[in-house]
Amino acid sequence: MIKVEKLKKSFGANEVLKDINVTIKQQEVVVVIGPSGSGKSTFLRCLNLLETITAGHVSIEGVDITDKQTDINKIRAEVGMVFQQFNLFPHKTVLENIMLSPIKVKKIAEEKARETALSLLKKVGLEDKANAYPDSLSGGQKQRVAIARALAMEPKIMLFDEPTSALDPEMVGEVLEVMKQLAKEGMTMVVVTHEMGFAREVGDRVLFMDGGYIVEENVPQELFDNPQHERTQAFLSKVL
Amino acid sequence: MNCVTLSPSVTQFFFRRGERLMDFRFDLIIDYLPYFLRGTLYTIGISLAGILLGTILGLLFGLGKMLKNKILAFPFNLYIAFFRGTPFFVQLLLIHFGLIPAILGTTNGLAAGIFALSLNSAAYIAEIFRAGIQSIDRGQMEAARSLGMNHIQAMRYVILPQAFKRMIPPLGNEFIVLLKESSLISLIAVPELIYWARAFNGQYYKVWEPYLTAAVIYFVLTLTLSFLLSRLEKRLATE
Repeated sequence: MIKVEKLKKSFGANEVLKDINVTIKQQEVVVVIGPSGSGKSTFLRCLNLLETITAGHVSIEGVDITDKQTDINKIRAEVGMVFQQFNLFPHKTVLENIMLSPIKVKKIAEEKARETALSLLKKVGLEDKANAYPDSLSGGQKQRVAIARALAMEPKIMLFDEPTSALDPEMVGEVLEVMKQLAKEGMTMVVVTHEMGFAREVGDRVLFMDGGYIVEENVPQELFDNPQHERTQAFLSKVL
Repeated sequence: MNCVTLSPSVTQFFFRRGERLMDFRFDLIIDYLPYFLRGTLYTIGISLAGILLGTILGLLFGLGKMLKNKILAFPFNLYIAFFRGTPFFVQLLLIHFGLIPAILGTTNGLAAGIFALSLNSAAYIAEIFRAGIQSIDRGQMEAARSLGMNHIQAMRYVILPQAFKRMIPPLGNEFIVLLKESSLISLIAVPELIYWARAFNGQYYKVWEPYLTAAVIYFVLTLTLSFLLSRLEKRLATE
């Protein structure tokens, strides 16, 4: 479903991604872990071209998104993204946040979009906040709205960029719960996170990144209990 | 002892021809009221036209200045630098005696005045727009783009509405400056408020009456404008 080949990304002279090769299958939940500055977020942001790619190829469902002919907006409409800082639109209500893109990008009728938005809000347990503005929500609620907003586009893939890192500890659970539910429903997910419990429980595969490379990848049990690489061991000994 | 003595020119200014404040002639102001009102309408009309055109041009120039291509952005930079770096009065003279005759064959004070005000304020408004747009967190654009919106949609539905709210206070400042600067247009014989105040001064040799009246009218106009803008700001507030 996602195929990444020889991906490189530099910011000026600073090469953040050096040689990334990975394939992600449909319905797979891939969790990316690693120390800060290892390039995990940049890797994720390359998957929907929020970062321009310096070299290499990324294809999604067989379409090379690095090809200049590809309409990236079409691809992005099918790849949902959830950000660390939520990035809800503060001038719009919760419901408007969710309905905006389906109406403007997918040209869905307003009534239909409202119906979908309300059912998604129900799914994330926030139907009573439909008419609230984002500023009045807690961090956990904001992130659940952000997930509902991404789901409203009916994406085939969901990217999560440290979705719980900006949350107070007591709110992490409610967001992870929604993500677990999503994984259970068969969503293809790529999750950058520091939540090792989530990685172990929900991940089909864990990628450990360091210094711009994928150093090690394996099923969670193997990677956490029996890490092969020295750097993986060093990292895990610090976080577990 | 010397230090309390007023210089002759100052005493002349205050006391020549009986122009003391205690001789203030309200009756002359009442007589002149129709002219003041007509002038005020001109001032309001010119200022509104300047605000409207200046805002539209300012938005375009602001977007132009933000172009990533340095060569394409250069004319906008130059424009903004010129209109911010030279006096409005000089610009007014250039437009009145140079630009408008070159286009229309003859000059027209009203057109020159509105044109000069619009072009001048557009330079400042362009900077206000640019600052407003750039003050919006990058994450907003990224979220909009990640939902499949193109750049224009993201600007229109996500960035500009938020930026606009932040632009209201500096725009209000600019509109007030514009309203006051419109008084300089009297110098190219456009019959706005100060034009009639000067006519009053010439006709009756009175200073306080016409100019204080004009000052009060300008003050009421700018107060009204800032009141309207603060209302707008409150209406756009979310929580």
